[in-house]
Amino acid sequence: MIEFLMSFWQTYNTLFYTVLVHGMLALSIYITLACGQLSLGNAAFMGIGAYTAALFTMKLNVPFGIALLAGGMLPALIALIIGAPTLRLSGVYLAMATLGFGEVVRVAFLNMSITGGSVGLNGVPPKTELWHLFAAMGVLIYFFLKLKNSRFGRALEAIREDEVAAAVMGIKTTWFKVWAFAIGAFIAGLAGGLNAHFTYFLSPREYGFDFAVDILTFAILGGTGTFWGPLIGSTILTILPEMLRFIGSYRLALNGLILVLVVIYLPNGIITVKKKD
Amino acid sequence: MFLQQFVNALALGSVYALFALGFTLIFGVLEVITLAHGAVFMIGAFAGLTVVTKFNVSPITAILVGMMVSGMLGWLIDLVAVRPLRKRKFHHLAPMIATIGCATIIINVAQGIFGAEVYRFPFDFMPAMSYNFWAIQLTLLQIIIVGVALSLMMMIIFLLNRTKWGKAVRAVAESPRTAALLGIPVERVFQITAFAASALGGAAGVLTGINFNAIHAFMGGPIMHRGIAVIILGGMGDIRGAVLGGLILGFAEIMSVAYLSSDFRDAISFGLLFVILLIRPAGIFGSNLERKG
Amino acid sequence: MLQLENIVKDFGGLRVLDSLSLQVGEGLIFGLIGPNGAGKTTLFNIISGLSRPTAGRVIFNGTDITHFAPPSIAARGMGRTFQNIRIFKELSLMENLLAGMHRLYTYSPVAMLLNLPIQHREEKAMREKAMEILELFHLAGKAQRQAESLSYGEQRKLELARALATSPKLLLVDEPAAGMNPAETEELMGEIVQINNRGYTICLIEHDMKFVMGVCRQVAVLNFGELIALGTPEQVKCNPQVIEAYLGKDVCKL
Repeated sequence: MIEFLMSFWQTYNTLFYTVLVHGMLALSIYITLACGQLSLGNAAFMGIGAYTAALFTMKLNVPFGIALLAGGMLPALIALIIGAPTLRLSGVYLAMATLGFGEVVRVAFLNMSITGGSVGLNGVPPKTELWHLFAAMGVLIYFFLKLKNSRFGRALEAIREDEVAAAVMGIKTTWFKVWAFAIGAFIAGLAGGLNAHFTYFLSPREYGFDFAVDILTFAILGGTGTFWGPLIGSTILTILPEMLRFIGSYRLALNGLILVLVVIYLPNGIITVKKKD
Repeated sequence: MFLQQFVNALALGSVYALFALGFTLIFGVLEVITLAHGAVFMIGAFAGLTVVTKFNVSPITAILVGMMVSGMLGWLIDLVAVRPLRKRKFHHLAPMIATIGCATIIINVAQGIFGAEVYRFPFDFMPAMSYNFWAIQLTLLQIIIVGVALSLMMMIIFLLNRTKWGKAVRAVAESPRTAALLGIPVERVFQITAFAASALGGAAGVLTGINFNAIHAFMGGPIMHRGIAVIILGGMGDIRGAVLGGLILGFAEIMSVAYLSSDFRDAISFGLLFVILLIRPAGIFGSNLERKG
Repeated sequence: MLQLENIVKDFGGLRVLDSLSLQVGEGLIFGLIGPNGAGKTTLFNIISGLSRPTAGRVIFNGTDITHFAPPSIAARGMGRTFQNIRIFKELSLMENLLAGMHRLYTYSPVAMLLNLPIQHREEKAMREKAMEILELFHLAGKAQRQAESLSYGEQRKLELARALATSPKLLLVDEPAAGMNPAETEELMGEIVQINNRGYTICLIEHDMKFVMGVCRQVAVLNFGELIALGTPEQVKCNPQVIEAYLGKDVCKL
């Protein structure tokens, strides 16, 4: 039995890392979806966090914690700058702006010398332990639990349900949307920093639009009525390809199919929250 | 030198305008940001390439075939992904997410069929003729691109403004409910618009394929980013804005490559988008943000 | 309390409001009536900050709020409802009201994260207050239900309750009785008067003349964006211009 567990662990322990990182990314997009906004820039924010944290530990030799914090703060700061003009407007502007932003970030990673250009960064010190990821996830779950039944969580829900009605009740809609976007960027950057320090290697191609669609699919499959939905969605979509290896190169098409089918037939995702009748 | 760049910019910008025109038309009428427009563009390019390599047809035929195939694809996307949502009240993000799904499927399947390699038109497909006017050199290619793009755009604008069909489309864009009360077949207008707008995307795809002589499964991505910048620049749903915005972006890109550095090129569209959101979110002509918002 | 000075609003070359000036005094139930398209809802949108006037000023409690954003106008004590009901359908009735009370809370994000007692104290007080308001509208028994499950008339009341929960000094109510049956309308009239008795100033748009004549103390009549009459319900309903534009003769006998 113990032997079986050991071999299971040896085969699958990296899967735990990936499940947790993907879970964090799913939460990072969930918080914008929770106020009715779509961010397609979270893959880029993850990349910025990954490169920032990795450069901090590699070039500046700062403690891991500080590097991670920097990897979260820079994306959050950028999100504030992009979000402020974009989120004054309603509807679909954030999605379009973040789509363009993601492309700029990808091109920047490919062309800047500090990020290693198209080669990427090699030899990021392995500092991430599994418990770091569990701890980060624990803190996030605590945060979302507290948010849920607070005035801030209700304000986000109100904005998602009806932005105009929320505004005339005195909820500062732009302010909430910008902060939700920035917190999401922070979470994505943190996930990137943690991920960088166990994969050793950063490639500029990992943080493009395809990965943004991956993250979106995590959240949409699980459903955005509660934060558990994105966590479950990301877990399923991380483990599933391991089992369905025959899907192989059509994994992205599967994502696409999930997006279309879930949006049309399961608008609340697979986790539905129902109020008591 | 400047005049030569002017011609290059016109060729590039008119294709952007053509792409953005379809994009903005779908938004204006169906109120959907279709993020599958780039994939539709790419399929149009492959359709044009396929008939050229298989049947050795002329550029104009290739463009027409690309338009037909893209139009059908756009109609199909509307049918399976957008129409079911139209039938009930939905969150405004839902149709956009559905079109992201469609784009992902189309690109991934195209990659499965054509692989990741870059395809080219046959060697002798486009005669390397050019004409000199004063100091400017016009290639046959540039003349075809600008000619086709401008005449398609003028045709669409004519149809929209001068025909019964166009009147119906504009009525639906204004308010589908009022249009239905006036006896306009709203659902059919939606479908025709999806077809026509996607056909414009397909034409842009074939023209881009010929222009750069490079066709691959991922070619829809860069123009998608530009299309988004253009319709925000021109004002969402604004036809004139899309045309002018496309030309402006073409100029901005060519001039930045000529006088600054080619590294900037891919960042131009985002820079333009960000600046316009900052100073004039309704777009260059826009004034109707209040009613939509 | 509310003062409108020469409000002009153009929509794409069309003049919707033409140099409109009005005053709503404290403590009143003020009725705004007029045929469809007279510009009533546009006026509400301008007062609550959703739309900017082409010219003119909106003064609320001595402050010029013409160019304020909706949340800051709400923070100064203005609440409103909408003609097409805009409740939060997927939230419970209680959550609808608590969301409405957002600006009355004082605890910070830090208090939320550290689980400080102030959060629990405030949440408890707000829930009690919300319950009280729901009771006023005979909705208390359904506090935990999803808002969507309410009947049409109840949804209208919930929206009014939510607006009241923001603790407004002035309440703008857009067609509260639309779609209600006579019994519900009757009940609503009582509730409106009751709210007013508690010290809330109310400005309402309504097409149901019995409703307007029954509860309003002052009425303004709009036609094509112009003020054509102003006064008590009795004065207004027999005004010849009003009869011609809108009401028809028999209303005068009501």
